[in-house]
Amino acid sequence: MVNYGPSYGKLVVIVDVIDQNRALVDSPDMVRGAMNFKRLSLTDLKIDIPRMPKKKQLSEAIESADIYKKWANSSWGRKLIVQKKRASLNDFDRFKVMVARVKRGSLIKRELAKLRKEKA
Amino acid sequence: MKLWATNEVRAKSKFWYFLRKLKKVKKSHGQILAINEIFEKKPTTIKNYGIWVRYQSRTGYHNMYKEYRDTTLNGAVEQMYDEMASRHRVRAPCIQIIKTATVHSKLCKRENTKQFHDSTIKFPLTHHKIRPPTRKLKTTYKASRPNTFV
Repeated sequence: MVNYGPSYGKLVVIVDVIDQNRALVDSPDMVRGAMNFKRLSLTDLKIDIPRMPKKKQLSEAIESADIYKKWANSSWGRKLIVQKKRASLNDFDRFKVMVARVKRGSLIKRELAKLRKEKA
Repeated sequence: MKLWATNEVRAKSKFWYFLRKLKKVKKSHGQILAINEIFEKKPTTIKNYGIWVRYQSRTGYHNMYKEYRDTTLNGAVEQMYDEMASRHRVRAPCIQIIKTATVHSKLCKRENTKQFHDSTIKFPLTHHKIRPPTRKLKTTYKASRPNTFV
């Protein structure tokens, strides 16, 4: 996963290693290019591909390994989705979130008050 | 003539610099017919570039052969300039590129490039510093020390 820069959060496949600091990186929707390892965070998703696969081979391997679905279901992937959602909220959405949180808090407090009364 | 420059004006100037060394002709007596940028044919593959350099040090002129692994020739040349500046304190005007070539992995001479000629290459990124994904999220103080283990 890219952890810095304009393509933050994008899943890319390391296709080859250029040198100590850079890798050749590829994804079905981008031109194959070099990226510094500092910009990459290794996920535990692996694909079975030879060293420099053709674009079609890579896309097929990603499809068969169902990478994007696995990513969206992983805890890391879900956290990123939540981050993105939070960043893209408009004022009305934030109001709705606030109302939902208040509602949830009041439910919890109600239950807590009940338990306290029972205790007392 | 193939040369490297940051813009067209500099390229033309460098052209005359090199031409004067080859023939008795100056810019005022000559005319540049065409200047074309050469683009990398396959920027998506990794190549080993060998660069032959002539540079001026504090004590005289020397030749050097350097190898770089990169996807484009321009990238390798940029690496070369950076490395010459850092390792030998040679500035760009004092460097002349004699020749560049893509070298087959079997013919590479430098251990530094040869160590990456491994199809099952594996190495840890030791002292892995984690940085915030945007400059905005950078803070002077952090609640806990980072874990830089691999």
